[in-house]
Amino acid sequence: MNALLMENNRKNTILLAVLAVVLAVLPWALGGFFENGNSWLRAVDFALLYIMLALGLNIVVGYAGLLDLGYIAFYAVGAYLFAILNSPHLQAVLPAWLSHPPFLVMMILAAVVAGIFGVLLGSPTLKLRGDYLAIVTLGFGEIVRIFMNNLDRPVNITNGPQGINNIDPVQIGGYDFGRPIEFLGLTFEKIHLYYYLILAFCVLIIFVSVRLQNSRIGRAWVAIREDEIAANAMGINTRNVKLLAFAMGASFGGVSGALFASFQGFVSPESFVLMESIMVLCMVVLGGMGNIPGVILGAIIVSITPELLRDIINPLQMAIAGKRVVDPENLRMLIFGLAMIVIMLVRPAGLWPSKRRRAELKPKTKDIALQEKDSLQDAERNHD
Amino acid sequence: MDIFLQQLINGLVVGSIYALIALGYTMVYGIMQLINFAHGEIVMIGAMVTITCINLLVGAGVQLPGPALLLVGLMMAIPVSMFLGYSIEKIAYQPLRKAPRLAPLITAIGVSIVLQQAAMLIWGRNYRPFPQILPSEVHIIGGAAITDLQIAIIALALLLMGGLFFMIEKTKLGRAMRATSQNPEVAKLMGVNVNTIVSMTFVIGSALGAMAGVMVAANYDQAHAYMGFMIGLKAFTAAVLGGIGNIGGAVLGGILLGVIESLGSGYLGDLTGGVLGSHYKDIFAFVVLIIVLVFRPSGLLGERVAERA
Repeated sequence: MNALLMENNRKNTILLAVLAVVLAVLPWALGGFFENGNSWLRAVDFALLYIMLALGLNIVVGYAGLLDLGYIAFYAVGAYLFAILNSPHLQAVLPAWLSHPPFLVMMILAAVVAGIFGVLLGSPTLKLRGDYLAIVTLGFGEIVRIFMNNLDRPVNITNGPQGINNIDPVQIGGYDFGRPIEFLGLTFEKIHLYYYLILAFCVLIIFVSVRLQNSRIGRAWVAIREDEIAANAMGINTRNVKLLAFAMGASFGGVSGALFASFQGFVSPESFVLMESIMVLCMVVLGGMGNIPGVILGAIIVSITPELLRDIINPLQMAIAGKRVVDPENLRMLIFGLAMIVIMLVRPAGLWPSKRRRAELKPKTKDIALQEKDSLQDAERNHD
Repeated sequence: MDIFLQQLINGLVVGSIYALIALGYTMVYGIMQLINFAHGEIVMIGAMVTITCINLLVGAGVQLPGPALLLVGLMMAIPVSMFLGYSIEKIAYQPLRKAPRLAPLITAIGVSIVLQQAAMLIWGRNYRPFPQILPSEVHIIGGAAITDLQIAIIALALLLMGGLFFMIEKTKLGRAMRATSQNPEVAKLMGVNVNTIVSMTFVIGSALGAMAGVMVAANYDQAHAYMGFMIGLKAFTAAVLGGIGNIGGAVLGGILLGVIESLGSGYLGDLTGGVLGSHYKDIFAFVVLIIVLVFRPSGLLGERVAERA
């Protein structure tokens, strides 16, 4: 048994090492294989951001079972916070100690502020269940977006629909991520630097998610998801634990939002529409709610597939018909929607469901069913 | 005073359209506990098909009065929507009846994306103007203007709602629907064909949706492939406001939401000294929703239902 465990451990270590090497050389491999390697790397950077978002939403939806349709609001909060503190837009009025805070301080700030927004959303919705919660979170997301769209009057805070421009890239240890850095004979451009930065945060968030899963809090979330009243009876403070789920999920969103703003150099309300919330939810559910590898897989599929289709559809159309018959943009989204339906029909619990969910869905094995029947008969007999 | 009356009339018109769409959401929810995200798209397709039909007829030189043209268009759009609703249920929802709760929600989103993109492929990205075939006579009541179209919308919406109430309360089909929504298992034991009832629910809801879509297009003089999303969202909000799964609640929520929105956009600017303008009207609707749900977690007319995991 022990030997088997060690064998397994060694296998895992090797697997992780291989994965680490692959991820480390990925930007250069993409540049080598594809002509437009940088645009692919950009897609990968965004996929990493989406993984962080999906893992954050997974805490709320997957672990705690609270359906949140406005999750993108926290991403928006993180992004706008970063944009306001790190761009010329409000420099004139910001106190000096608040403008361009050090990178780590900025990230902690984004997590904390988004977390506060999470509690703000969570507290009025504690009593709500299921779909009522869904519509209120949806409303919350829309409220945040509409405010960002209109807070250019009477005081210009968000610059309205135009969004905030000229956001400075991050600076870590004196290195400006906006400029290429020479290291070990390689030139790291902005897109490469951000790849490693976002990857580092992604790993951190995966680590936190894994550690949370079987912790006391993680188990409390699952208990609430399965039966809130029973969880309460077991001594779980359901109010605090639910608020913690909202805050924790929101802080993940805030961090990835801040990274998004600095990577993009520009934020506008258009990036935070309801459809984005829905897409992140799709990542979580398609991948397999509550299962970290599944959610990561879901995030990669949902964010990369449209990009892949973009590169496939138009050449294919040209090859078959010789001209542009239909708008490739519409066709690719159409195929994407169809793929979502098919995946869900074939694998209703997601592509890679968690063990717990798989156990729930599978019919009981014969032995267990027999045992249950026996014990029921025993109970009846004892009753007589 | 006349501004108040005007906003009230506008609100009632929009509200009765919301109510018709909300009925589609709430009927499906009552029976399957499913948010049918694709319902907004059915509304859009109803509007688009009608506009296309009218344009074709006018283009072919058919000489008919406006309302008759509209009726022909509707007669084409309603079956299309009914068929779509029926097939969506059969393809995307029925296989997932026993699946985890969020699975049909994701297929619903998928269907919504597919319909939206298909509509863009068929009708293009631009706004489609609603053909100018209806008389645009304006009546003045107490200082407020109301058009024939607006009167017709309110009257037709009320008629349809009345018909639906009658059907649900008095007919055999309605009784079977109520039974299925209370307990599908027991309904099955009583000889109700649950599959047929679910299909009928989708078909009826889609027919109402198609008519509502035409009303929206006629009221705003235009239609667009993306219109279903926002209007569906509003109608769903209305259904939740009234208490989802409750037919009366959908009507109340729809009309209330329309009136609140209209009055809100009319008075918000004055009330706040110009700080918050009418572009905050969507916030108004959601804030009202949140406040109502804080005090009545199951909506205005909703009963306290046990959570289904």
